[in-house]
Amino acid sequence: MSALRRRKAGNIVMLSLTYVASVLATLPLLFILFHLLQKGASTVSPDFFTHMPRPVGEAGGGMSNAIVGTLILIGIAGAIGLPVGIGAGLYLAEKRTGALAMTVRFLSDVLNGLPSIVLGIFAWQFLVRPFGNFSALAGGIALGAMMIPLVTRTTEEMIRLVPNSLREAALALGYPRWRTSLSVILRTALPGIVTGALVAIARIAGETAPLLFTAFGNQFWSTALREPIAALPLQIFAYAISPYDEWHAQAWAGALVLIVIVLVISLAARHVTRARFGSSTD
Amino acid sequence: MIQPVDEDAPERPRLATRELSAFFGRSRVVSNVTLGFRDQEVTAIIGPSGCGKSTLLRCLNRMHETVPGASATGIVTLDGTDIYAAGVDPIAVRRHVGMVFQRPTPFPTMSIRDNVTAGLKILGRHAPRGADAEDVVEGALRHAALWDEVKDRLGESAIALSGGQQQRLCIARALAIRPQVILLDEPTASLDPLSTQKVEELVYQLKQDIAVVIVTHNMQQAARVSDRTAFLLMGDLVETAPTNTLFTAPRDPRTEAYITGRFG
Amino acid sequence: MTGAATGDRLYQLAVTGFALVIPGLLALIAIAIGVAAWPAFSTAGLSFITSSEWNVQAGKFGAAPAIYGTLVSSFIALALATPLAVGVAIFLSEIAPKWLRQPVAFLVDLLAAIPSVVYGLWGIFFLVPMLRDHVVPFLRDTLHLGGTPLFSGPAYGPSMLAAGVILAIMALPYISAVTREVLLAVPRSQRDAALALGATKWEMIRDAVVPYARSGIIGGVILGLGRALGETMAVTMVIGNRPEISASLLAPGYTMASLIANEFTEATSDLHLSALMAVGAVLFVVTLIVNGIARWLVWRVASGPRA
Repeated sequence: MSALRRRKAGNIVMLSLTYVASVLATLPLLFILFHLLQKGASTVSPDFFTHMPRPVGEAGGGMSNAIVGTLILIGIAGAIGLPVGIGAGLYLAEKRTGALAMTVRFLSDVLNGLPSIVLGIFAWQFLVRPFGNFSALAGGIALGAMMIPLVTRTTEEMIRLVPNSLREAALALGYPRWRTSLSVILRTALPGIVTGALVAIARIAGETAPLLFTAFGNQFWSTALREPIAALPLQIFAYAISPYDEWHAQAWAGALVLIVIVLVISLAARHVTRARFGSSTD
Repeated sequence: MIQPVDEDAPERPRLATRELSAFFGRSRVVSNVTLGFRDQEVTAIIGPSGCGKSTLLRCLNRMHETVPGASATGIVTLDGTDIYAAGVDPIAVRRHVGMVFQRPTPFPTMSIRDNVTAGLKILGRHAPRGADAEDVVEGALRHAALWDEVKDRLGESAIALSGGQQQRLCIARALAIRPQVILLDEPTASLDPLSTQKVEELVYQLKQDIAVVIVTHNMQQAARVSDRTAFLLMGDLVETAPTNTLFTAPRDPRTEAYITGRFG
Repeated sequence: MTGAATGDRLYQLAVTGFALVIPGLLALIAIAIGVAAWPAFSTAGLSFITSSEWNVQAGKFGAAPAIYGTLVSSFIALALATPLAVGVAIFLSEIAPKWLRQPVAFLVDLLAAIPSVVYGLWGIFFLVPMLRDHVVPFLRDTLHLGGTPLFSGPAYGPSMLAAGVILAIMALPYISAVTREVLLAVPRSQRDAALALGATKWEMIRDAVVPYARSGIIGGVILGLGRALGETMAVTMVIGNRPEISASLLAPGYTMASLIANEFTEATSDLHLSALMAVGAVLFVVTLIVNGIARWLVWRVASGPRA
């Protein structure tokens, strides 16, 4: 019996340790969110969204240019990442095991695992070096390249969830293949694909490394695609490593705004999925 | 103390249930079953699929309660002690009542030898070592009629064995912890006829030492291997009798309907 | 009829074209970086990865400190994150009451959504001071580790240790998500088999569940490694950015990604740029290999048990 008691004690100890691990794993998140609110909330005001950054020594000011810049960069990235990702996802879902499909699927994983800084130097080499200046376009394209594998993967998965009977039903009605794919299959899978797209956008919205040598950042108001453009993550980075307290406060505020944007997009993504599962029960 | 529960049998059974009911959530899948299982006897539990026979079996070593939402009421005695009484540890119960499942479940990352001793290794420093361990492995594998087929490759992965060999390995694994009762849950359901025959021969050997309970949906198998047969229908124990009697002269019309193939 | 056939052909052409963007893009990346990195490789030869001298003025480019820093910071990250992540995954798949699973999984997953630069900011103003003022004194004075080379020397704050800790937090959600998935893929029959032998819940996890999922868990850890190796911003902000190899984890260091991030926009000579491209190329190849191994291991578990 003592052996049994010892084993049961070991059981309780080890199971408790997994509780401890779970608490420890969630602590950093709670700390980060707490610090963001504590240090950033007081600086976030309506001005933060409508005003430009001020020089050192002047309190206040905002990041309106960086917020708009980030939105523009997301727009460019989406314009590249979404069509390519969805198109490639359609291809993979329909071809499944073809040699090209297997290769593309594998390389999509490779692209997904590529460090974002590598995409940054690549975009610099192709889109900055030849033209001699940093540009919003180069930054957006680098982010778009990051989106492609994410969107491809979810599109393929979501389309595979659509029952084959639906495809056959559409074909039996005399729909041509392409219309079946686009207006029946893609439409059915749309909520899932929207979720995937939102997750991808949430991921690139906070990316900094690929923008360092492409979008570069800009202290001034600029929405020109061929000029350097400000971005929230770049601005946070610049302020965080600066020696000035006022800028540190701005960095915290910017981080708070950025994380709220990212969380709102992530939650929206979950909501879209839930709505879909809610309606597909009947 | 618990009274003998099976009118037909004079001596006290090794394992017995009284008024045993089993539930998944609110739905009752086994109702008030009273049944005894004796040493040196094979008891078959038969019935159409979904009748609760596997659930009944899983109540006999408290495996039923490992499914979320599952519960049981009533009494199950092992050597006169209620295994559902407060203070009885299900972990200890399972070391006395072994179990083998429908599909072979060898541990894929372990060798054949380690699979046999898996139940013993759990004991940590109390586990047999060295020559003792080798004796246990050989004994259990011989007992499970697998020794001659695997004695030269004990270090190889258990996955390399055929389905039938895997199932006998699982029986050896269960035997290695020296249970007093062994529960077989449709042990041949996923096996080919030749492997099935080997397992059935093995069942006959097993009962020389311990009580064997086998759940099967195959009536011929029940007739071949068991001494007593219990017929379960929608959670109710319809009839239990010596196997010969049950298959030749069933008392209950429902039993007769089932064994003559009118349903199930 | 011809209309439909033309439509089909166009559609097929379009989706194939989009699919081909992915290999095309990767080929372009590999060629662009390879070509740009070539001058540095051919000038420095093998010393590019073995030499510790990174001197821009002298035109000497030895990336050993950055390679060393990348490996060490990632190793610290895995050493810290793996037990926690596996613990969380076991908790979520085997132990937690049902109502607790979703919220805890959500919180851990959320760690992956936090932008790298926010980790960096938090690292500069919270993690680095906390390590310097509380954790390092504890390691040195209470655990008496000050005498060991690992924890010797002055502790200014930004350090290899800080980078390792922040990477651990960032890698944790990836490792735990994969581990949770492979644990959930372990068949119920394996758990039953262990319980039927009289195993306690922990013994069941240790002897049946974890071994079955072993290679998938390792795959998850290596996937986390891939993330850690390429991580740029958070590391750049807390590691101290000094191209020297030091045995002490409290000393500042450098990683390949942070080297590129710091020097790229300031690089004026062609050789310097080429050297940074070469660092990028090494990083590319290393993450490629690491991710390849990880995918293969996870795929092995997903495709069922094996010898």
